[in-house]
Amino acid sequence: MATAAAHAGHDAHDDHKPSFFARWFLSTNHKDIGTLYLLFAFFAGCVGAFLSFGIRMEMEEPGLQYFTNPQTYNVFVTGHGLIMVFFMVMPALIGGFGNWFVPLMIGAPDMAFPRMNNISFWLTVAGFCSLVCSLFVEGAPGAAGAGTGWTVYPPLSSSGHPGPAVDFAIFSLHLAGAGSILGAINFITTILNMRAPGMTLHKMPLFAWAELVTAFLLLLSLPVLAGAITMLLTDRNFGTTFFAPEGGGDPVLYQHLFWFFGHPEVYVMILPAFGIVSHIIATFSKKPVFGYLAMAYAMVAIGVVGFVVWAHHMYTVGLSLQTQSYFVFATMVIAVPTGVKIFSWIATMWGGSIRFTAAMHWAVGFIFLFTVGGVTGVVLANSAVDKYLHDTYYVVAHFHYVLSLGAVFIIFAGVYYWFPKMTGHIIPEWAGKLHFWLAFIGANILFFPMHFLGLAGMPRRYADYPEAFAPWHKVATWGGHIFALGMVVFFIGVILAFRSSKRAAANPWGEGATTLEWTLSSPPPFHQYETLPRIVDEPAH
Amino acid sequence: MRTVQAKHRSQWGLAAIGALLVTSTAAFAAEPGVPVPWQMGRQTPVTAEALDLMNFEHVLHWLAFAISLFVLGLLLYCVFRFNEKANPVASRTTHNTAIEIAWTIIPVLILVGVAIPSFRTLRTQLIIPTADVTVKATGHAWYWSYDYPKAGEDGGFTFDANIDEEKEPKLLQTDNEMVVPVNKVVKVQVTSTDVIHSWAMPSFGGKVDAIPGRLNEMWFKADREGVYHGQCSELCGMRHAYMPIVVKVVSDQAYAAWLKEAKTKFAAIDDGSKLAAAK
Repeated sequence: MATAAAHAGHDAHDDHKPSFFARWFLSTNHKDIGTLYLLFAFFAGCVGAFLSFGIRMEMEEPGLQYFTNPQTYNVFVTGHGLIMVFFMVMPALIGGFGNWFVPLMIGAPDMAFPRMNNISFWLTVAGFCSLVCSLFVEGAPGAAGAGTGWTVYPPLSSSGHPGPAVDFAIFSLHLAGAGSILGAINFITTILNMRAPGMTLHKMPLFAWAELVTAFLLLLSLPVLAGAITMLLTDRNFGTTFFAPEGGGDPVLYQHLFWFFGHPEVYVMILPAFGIVSHIIATFSKKPVFGYLAMAYAMVAIGVVGFVVWAHHMYTVGLSLQTQSYFVFATMVIAVPTGVKIFSWIATMWGGSIRFTAAMHWAVGFIFLFTVGGVTGVVLANSAVDKYLHDTYYVVAHFHYVLSLGAVFIIFAGVYYWFPKMTGHIIPEWAGKLHFWLAFIGANILFFPMHFLGLAGMPRRYADYPEAFAPWHKVATWGGHIFALGMVVFFIGVILAFRSSKRAAANPWGEGATTLEWTLSSPPPFHQYETLPRIVDEPAH
Repeated sequence: MRTVQAKHRSQWGLAAIGALLVTSTAAFAAEPGVPVPWQMGRQTPVTAEALDLMNFEHVLHWLAFAISLFVLGLLLYCVFRFNEKANPVASRTTHNTAIEIAWTIIPVLILVGVAIPSFRTLRTQLIIPTADVTVKATGHAWYWSYDYPKAGEDGGFTFDANIDEEKEPKLLQTDNEMVVPVNKVVKVQVTSTDVIHSWAMPSFGGKVDAIPGRLNEMWFKADREGVYHGQCSELCGMRHAYMPIVVKVVSDQAYAAWLKEAKTKFAAIDDGSKLAAAK
């Protein structure tokens, strides 16, 4: 058992908090920056959700209902993808929960580079502003915005979009990418150097492990994206022809570079969620995590193998038989460590004394839905089968199961789990559970029929579609409305939490919550661990 | 040996899926070549290779279904058996080497089982047999054009296939169709003159990207006559949803007659600059 820091109840009033402007705009405090990231992710998520609402309304019926120009629909699809990936999931799971809880869990007073932490956040905000700008300047001839898809494939993103919208989008990715690289350096330095005395790597909580692996993935993959989009930028503006066949370039080169980043990126979005779900399951099962070392190294394995599977996004570009066979094999290998994680979570619950809080609902829901998304991933891994499913709604269903029902579910799980710790307020359990059931039912009705649409042949990124696809699209839109209703419940829950006079205890979750953040007051003092906690005997899961 | 085993596997898989999926797929897709409302499975395959792929995919989906159900079952068991009312005192078990080895090895074995038919079908798909007919499909923003290279007396013409928004089913019809003979190996060479498109034909079980500066290939041997519809499957801009692909599979006689007619019809609009790129 981890020993509590002696100053756990340290009085927060003597913390010499800076003035409002200095505290929130010049922040160097990891908890404040984490809060900024979470609020920003929440705001960006609302923008991304608004775009997806536009998509879903348009898809409800065949024909063009809301979009007079299908290019505007493409811009919505692109904006939805980029915002949800770079400005919602990543800021929430890495900048938000990572900043808040990595130092708390490893017993560090703050992040290693507090000022760099601040610029990471503001670069992300600047990136978001650049992306929003791109929506309002010309992209394709006669239409505002970049309608390239989040993958920004040339030549559609070069000769297909002569206007400056794509330049703004590229600049947005540069800024957000730079912010993430700085953040990754910060996490790696913090985790490797600032763990409390006695906390060896093999005693470190799994969330910190997850953020460590994630930070390495970001550090190694984002520069490749930066290179690819810089080449795209020079192709667009300075006459180079990296990706233009008329000058000896190759559009497929961009796809290789993009997916060398893009595949690790999907693990960047899910690994922190893996970390969070491990803690929630262990806490509410009142058991330590089953197979701790296997859990940690499964994440390392997923991270490593995640770098050598990128071309499974490119089965239709005309790769050779040998190349495709290799990527089929390598992709299926990833299912093994992922399976280890799924079964270890179940084994953690096995024999436990499980308390079904709102956070636990979301975590258990996640395990099932991530499994569904995972097995359709194995279907898609088979290149021969993927030729039919590639770029259809089946793929849309697959990645929304692992991201929208995976990463997003765990973002909410994390909110319900750590909200008392972060704010000292308590979201009513009924709100969290009602939100869960609406989201669970709604998201399944929304995304499951997309498997059928894809199998029936419906291509993705279509503003308009043949009549035959209409019924399942209609069902999906109903699911979207149910999911949106869940969001209303979430808002109500948060408002009620702040209006209630009830205050959270230092450890509201009882004996199962063994990580160091629960030894501090709720909310924690402005500066914590002025005397470093000491970790003794068994691992602090 | 490997091939024999793999064939056996797919047959076993076909038997295992039982009547359910086969009948449901068949019932939904009564008419091959187009999607139908509430369809839940693939469009009816009209080549032996596409049928093989559909059977393989059914095996994969049953496997996926079984694994999901297994995980759901375990979760529900935990929910009911190990909630704090049913089990007030938690165990402290955190290791069990045997089970950890089992849940590593068993997935490996399942994946090896999947890999064998996967590699077999991939070889079939990518090793292109000697073609009886070669057609070059070129993607443009936002329509397709088809080149029939000169072969003896025949071919040597090119034509555009633009969407025909009047004909039903909507968004799936073009003014001119690509016409090929039944039971012949047809090689489609695919490229683009502007952005990336993708030449997709669900009834033939696949698609291949049309990339400027590259010549991609796919092949099929349709086993029945009919009109088959596909849609551009790589985001290509404003009218991405409005550049359908239509392939008409006809008898040898009808194909010969069409070739003659097409030569005169399309020669008039062919400026002669488009040479046959294919051998």
